[in-house]
Formats: sequence, structure tokens, C-alpha cells
Amino acid sequence: MAGALMTDVVMRAEDVHKRFGRLEVLKGVSLDVQQRETVCIIGPSGSGKTTFIRCINHLEKVDGGRITVNGHLIGYRQKGDRLVEDSEKSIARQRTQIGMVFQRFNLFPHKTALENVIEAPVHVLGQSREQATEEGVRLLTRVGLADKTGTYPGKLSGGQQQRVAIARSLAMKPALILFDEPTSALDPEVTGEVLSVMEELAHEGMTMIVVTHEMGFAREAADRVVMMDAGVIIEEGTPEHFFQAPEHERTKQFLSKIL
Amino acid sequence: MLASVDWHVVWVRIAHPDHVFFLALTRTVYVAVIAQVIGVVLGVGAALMRMSKAAPLRFISGIYVWIFRGTPLLVQIFFVYYGANQLLGFTLIPNSLNLGFFSLDGAIVGGILALGINEGAYMREIVRAGIDSIDKGQMEAAKSVGMRYGLAMRRIVLPQAARVIIPPLGNEFNNMLKNTSLLFTIGVYEMFADAEIGYSNSFQPVEYFLGVAFWYLVLTTVWTFIQAGIERKLAASERGEELSFFERLQAAWNPISTWRVR
Repeated sequence: MAGALMTDVVMRAEDVHKRFGRLEVLKGVSLDVQQRETVCIIGPSGSGKTTFIRCINHLEKVDGGRITVNGHLIGYRQKGDRLVEDSEKSIARQRTQIGMVFQRFNLFPHKTALENVIEAPVHVLGQSREQATEEGVRLLTRVGLADKTGTYPGKLSGGQQQRVAIARSLAMKPALILFDEPTSALDPEVTGEVLSVMEELAHEGMTMIVVTHEMGFAREAADRVVMMDAGVIIEEGTPEHFFQAPEHERTKQFLSKIL
Repeated sequence: MLASVDWHVVWVRIAHPDHVFFLALTRTVYVAVIAQVIGVVLGVGAALMRMSKAAPLRFISGIYVWIFRGTPLLVQIFFVYYGANQLLGFTLIPNSLNLGFFSLDGAIVGGILALGINEGAYMREIVRAGIDSIDKGQMEAAKSVGMRYGLAMRRIVLPQAARVIIPPLGNEFNNMLKNTSLLFTIGVYEMFADAEIGYSNSFQPVEYFLGVAFWYLVLTTVWTFIQAGIERKLAASERGEELSFFERLQAAWNPISTWRVR
């Protein structure tokens, strides 16, 4: 977490706008995330934080502004002075660089834990099954599930499923992983096992953007916390800043509710 | 009345049918199987077109279902067999189709095609409901690891949808086995044709039609068992809620319990 030395921008969002029908969900969001940095996005529901990270891997189309990951424009191509949506093929290629962990895990229920992890390395990256399996077992071991490789998601607890989902995104060796409220669908007693895996990842230098309400995680692992409200970023700073001296009135209100 | 029925003939038609009848039975089975396969392929294609972003594809899919569900199957059979070549201006349905190891009569080719195309229209709705039943998060998760739409459909969504599709597909095939009897009208010598010809020669309707009804019942019953087996296999990797062979069988037998199981 050597903040001062980090200069490589992995993800840059510039003035991102997004609307669902008449409802403007994002009203100009700009954010830079550096390599090896962990950024937590907090904010009340409806503030646009989930929509924002879904724009980063183009699960949502943006209506204005631009997002780049490792310098490549996400989801769009520059054509003259305007942006046109990119081909499905190159969007898919860009997504291999961007991991995503979902609130509801979204594991493939017809595949075992190991098959979930090796599915994309084999069928998207074209790795051999042996190579992918070796790596997959290593990743499942890393998230503490070495004994569950042959188990189907239906037989795993929520915490175990979410750890498989983390292993699944790690298997693509992404430049960045997005976490969309990874613990909010979990029972309180198992959130810890998921958060500690995420903390380890953060300490090992994975670049992460985490939408979460877990301020404990933010304190342990985040380099920066970003507060969103009503489609804009209203405050950002270190976790300490948020614990000790939040400036904005909305931030104070919000923190008093979740802490 | 009952006394006028020759029960010996009924018994022979049930227990000792002749060689010609068995050829007709075989024809009924392979016509139904091939037509159902065509129906499933067309149904999957039409369902994907229906869900496509391209309006023309959605439109074609809609027209297809509109026409083939909205007109009688018998009319479609006659139209395809007698009219397709005339309409298209080339020989879609030959007088006889030589497949090397055996050859198919033109009526059989036309009949299979008509049954298959008709079935596709019904399968489209079943396939679409199956795909719709899969959580949107599955497609998103597949995309998030870099899969393209086609790969995600093939490897992630359709295999899961298959479990939802199989029970109604089984019912469709049950119907298909029985609908093959309509092909008698264009001169396909299948089970019903055999019975009808037996009846015209003997004027013994009860004997011949009871006999053939029995054999249709045998086919659909055997299919019920096969379907239960397939569903059990599919359930093997299902999340926790694995059903026993017996429970699957019950589900296949009883539409009300099928409803509850699903």
C-alpha cells in the first residue's frame, strides 16, 4: 500500500453518465484507480455505485463519458469524434482482463467448484485442461477450498460459493477485480471468511474496486474510500479520514447508520 | 355386440402381430424420432431468433410460430408433401431418398419434414421458457469471464435450460408418437396404416383399432420410462434436490405431481 509510489492507472473513469429511461443514475462520475490499489465504494442504495462498477466491464452501457482499463477504452471505439459500441468479440476480450464477483455469486450450478474455475481458462483462453486444472486446484486451495474441488455449488455454503467465485475470477489473471457487494447476500457468520480472502488479495497487491458496506474491511484493506450519493462522488479519502473526520453531511449521516 | 367381436383376432393383433406390422411400428418410431429432432433444432433456432436484438429475426420467428401453430397439422402435412416442390420450384421432397444403407419413400420424407417443422413452432415456446427461467446472472457471470454470447449460451445457459425443457419435451414426443398416424393420409405405411388396411380387408374395426391402440400405448409407456431415466440423469448434478428414479417416474406419470415437483 505504498500510495505515493503508485502512478500506473489501471482504471480511469471520466465523467461517466448513465440513465435508465428518465432516471439519471450516474451524473458524471470520474475516478482513477492505480495499480495495486484497493478502492472501496460506499453509499446508500440507489446512489449508483453498483451501476458504476457494472459499467467498468460494460455489463451496462454508459450514456456519456468514457472508461478505460489499462489504457483501452471499454465497450466503445473512437470513430471520428464520436464513440460507437465495440464489437462483441473485442468487448469479450476486454472482459478477460476485468474480474467480477457478484453479490449473488452466480456460480454455474451445473458445474463443480473446479469446473467453475477452469471453464473460462479452457474455453476462452484456450489453456489445456491439465494446465487449467493444476492452476484451478491451486486457486481453490488459496481460498481455503482444497477439499471442495468436486463439489457442486448447491452443496456449498454461501461463503464457500463466494470464495469459489473469487477463485473463478482470479483464474483469468485479471488486471482488476470488481466486487459488487460481495458479502451482502451472506449470513453474518460467514462474511468473515470471504472478507479475509479479499483482504489477503488486497495485501498481495491485486487491484480491486469493492462496493461494500463493510467498513471493517475498508479499514483493514482499502487504500481509498469513495462515497457516492445520488449518482455522483461526494467525498473520497483514506479509510481513516472517513472514520475520523468525514466532511460531507450526507457522509456523516450514512456512516452513522452503518457503523 | 360384444359377442360379435372376434377376440382371437384382438389377441393376435396384440400378442402375435405379423412381420409387416413390426416394420410399420419401426417406421412410426423412426419418423417420430427424426421429426422430433428436427423440431428441437428448429425450436432452439427460433427461440434464439425470438430473443435476438435484430428485429427481422424476431419477426421471422414470430411469423413461423403464428403460421404453424395457427393451422391444422393435417393441412400442413398435405401442403408440405404435395405442395413444397411446386411452391419452391425445385425438388425439396424427392420420390425416394437413398441414404445408402436404406432408402426413404418421398412420402416419409415429406411427412417427417411437416411434423418436424410443425413441432419446431411448439418447441420454440418451450425452449424460450427454459432459457427465460435461467437467472440473468448466469449470462452476466459468463460474460464477465470473457465468454461471447454463443459460447455462454452453449456452455452455460442451454445446459441449465435443458433441465427445464426436458419434461415438456417428453410430453411433446409423446404427442409426436401419436401424430405420426396422420401420415397414413399421404400414404406412409406406419402403424395406423397397417391397422386401417387390415380393417378395410376384414371389416373388423374393433379388432384392428384396439390392436393398434394397444401398441401406441406400449410405445408411449416405454417412452415414459425412458424419459424418467433421462430426467434422473440430468438431476444427478442438480443442486441438492436430487429426485429418485421412482419420484421421477411418478412425476412423468402424473401431470399434477409434475407441476408440484417443478
